Amino acid sequence: MTLVRAFLVGGLLCGLAQLILDTTKANPAIIMVSAVSVGAVLSGLGLYGPLVTLGGAGATIPLTGFGHLLVTGMVEDATRSGLFGILTGGFRAASAALMAAIIFGYLMSVLFNPKG
Amino acid sequence: MAKATVREAEAYNMLVKGFHPPRQVARNFIKAYMVGGSICVVGQIILDYLVAKGVPFVQASSMTSSTMVFLGALLTGLGIYDEIGRFAGMGSALPITGFANSIVSPAMEFKREGFVLGVSARMFQIAGPVLVYGALSSIIVSILKVFVF
Amino acid sequence: MLESMRRGSSTCVFREMPVIVSAAAVCGPKEGKGPLGPGFDLIYKDTLAGENSWEKAESRMARQAVEIALAKASLSNNDVDFLFAGDLLNQITASGFMGRELNIPFLGIYGACSTMIEGMGLAAALVAGGFARRAVAAASSHHDTAERQYRYPTEFGYQRAPTSQWTVTGAGAAVLANEGSGPRIESFTAGRIQDYGIIDPNDMGSAMAPAFVDTLCRHLEDMSRGPQDYDLVLSGDLGRIGSTVARHLLKEKGIDLTGVHEDSGLLVYEMTPEICSGASGCGCIATVFAAKVWKELSAGKLKRVLLIATGALHSPTTCQQNESIPSVAHAVSVLGV
Repeated sequence: MTLVRAFLVGGLLCGLAQLILDTTKANPAIIMVSAVSVGAVLSGLGLYGPLVTLGGAGATIPLTGFGHLLVTGMVEDATRSGLFGILTGGFRAASAALMAAIIFGYLMSVLFNPKG
Repeated sequence: MAKATVREAEAYNMLVKGFHPPRQVARNFIKAYMVGGSICVVGQIILDYLVAKGVPFVQASSMTSSTMVFLGALLTGLGIYDEIGRFAGMGSALPITGFANSIVSPAMEFKREGFVLGVSARMFQIAGPVLVYGALSSIIVSILKVFVF
Repeated sequence: MLESMRRGSSTCVFREMPVIVSAAAVCGPKEGKGPLGPGFDLIYKDTLAGENSWEKAESRMARQAVEIALAKASLSNNDVDFLFAGDLLNQITASGFMGRELNIPFLGIYGACSTMIEGMGLAAALVAGGFARRAVAAASSHHDTAERQYRYPTEFGYQRAPTSQWTVTGAGAAVLANEGSGPRIESFTAGRIQDYGIIDPNDMGSAMAPAFVDTLCRHLEDMSRGPQDYDLVLSGDLGRIGSTVARHLLKEKGIDLTGVHEDSGLLVYEMTPEICSGASGCGCIATVFAAKVWKELSAGKLKRVLLIATGALHSPTTCQQNESIPSVAHAVSVLGV
């Protein structure tokens, strides 16, 4: 059941992003950037948390989930240690994915050549 | 006239639009939905497995993201992810695997320009703005949420 | 005073028509599988062409095209007085690096996808004017060097816009001489830059159509001809959309290209969805001319052909600054054997 919900929610987010790509002048990079910001705003409004409960990975894997993750981390640290927590919280929460992206990115560029 | 006036240019842009092939909005939506949903299902399988193994949820979630990043990076390295992207559009670009693709593809692409100014400098060509705007928006949202409301 | 070879507003008509004694086309695997496949002189099995970067591969293809064209005419490098060459890379490095290997007086030119015809026109003028016995025009492009310079990294997964075009991996070269047998260049019409406010770099056909129309009209007026005086009007790489737009604009001016016009961008590949609006790049008309049209002219199947190549003169920087795309089109008319 979790799998079905992940499919429905994740697919919907991707489908909406595609809809925006096809009906506006936005390019993929702009949509990726916007998705993170939209996720952060929805998170701030308290809407993204329930979406994660509903969709599980379907809500955390799309980039909107990345915005949510940053806000969650910041809010957690800020409630614990005040304003300074805003600076530490975001990337603390997102650190695993970012480190993985850098390390694997570098590794793949060592191992593989682009095929064109 | 070599450079068209604003009005001529507007008229020409309107004319040209009539000759553009229609975007297959519905078909693209379904393709993005299917592929994007499937990628999330893979994530959910990993997440469920980790949680079942007794890993705390927050950590399991981070481990899932990292694993998905690895998969996205590997498929990019193998030259498969761009094919998926050509088919699925945002369906493969929006999940975190697509974020990995946006990092690995320039890293590989600019390998021939060296590992410092090629690979490393170009790595965040597309992902950099995602991080910058992610930081900006989430900081604003968090400040509002914690200290204003 | 010299008797002028100018006619009308923009056209040079050559008294002693330079002969295109040979032409050669080299390409990558995708182009080799296309409809023109059998016409190519050399088809590389992969896009690296045995080099370790795509830029080197493009340069190698350009060099091969020139060398094969010279060999077909039994000429050596020393027999050539000028080499006109250009490509799409920053600082036209594919051409410059080719020139490094050839030891021929080198004149680098940039006209984006119009480069081949610009080169043929200039080479023809030097030969017809008596400044050269033989001159070579060459142009090259490469899908992957263009992608990484103009768009995204090649492994980035995104959908290509349906209006976009697929850059040809290939090079073409033509050898012009003041004697010998072969198709002859009759005239050269240099285009004026047109800009009708198209901003989208994924819609170059639309950006270039007005330049095509302007140069075609000037040429026809200068020569007092109509499209029906030609067996073929071959455009460079307007693609499907650009061609439709151009024919529409011409109809408004009372010029009907039906049955006469073909676009190089629609001849290189099987038109699968991946190709979107068609082929593009300096190598597009260069290879179509060398692999197909030159042969048909030489065999007498075509009597009079007008080649009009269009070029979009933008860069990634100007596009990011929201500038519109200026375009140019150059024409040469060629007589068959």
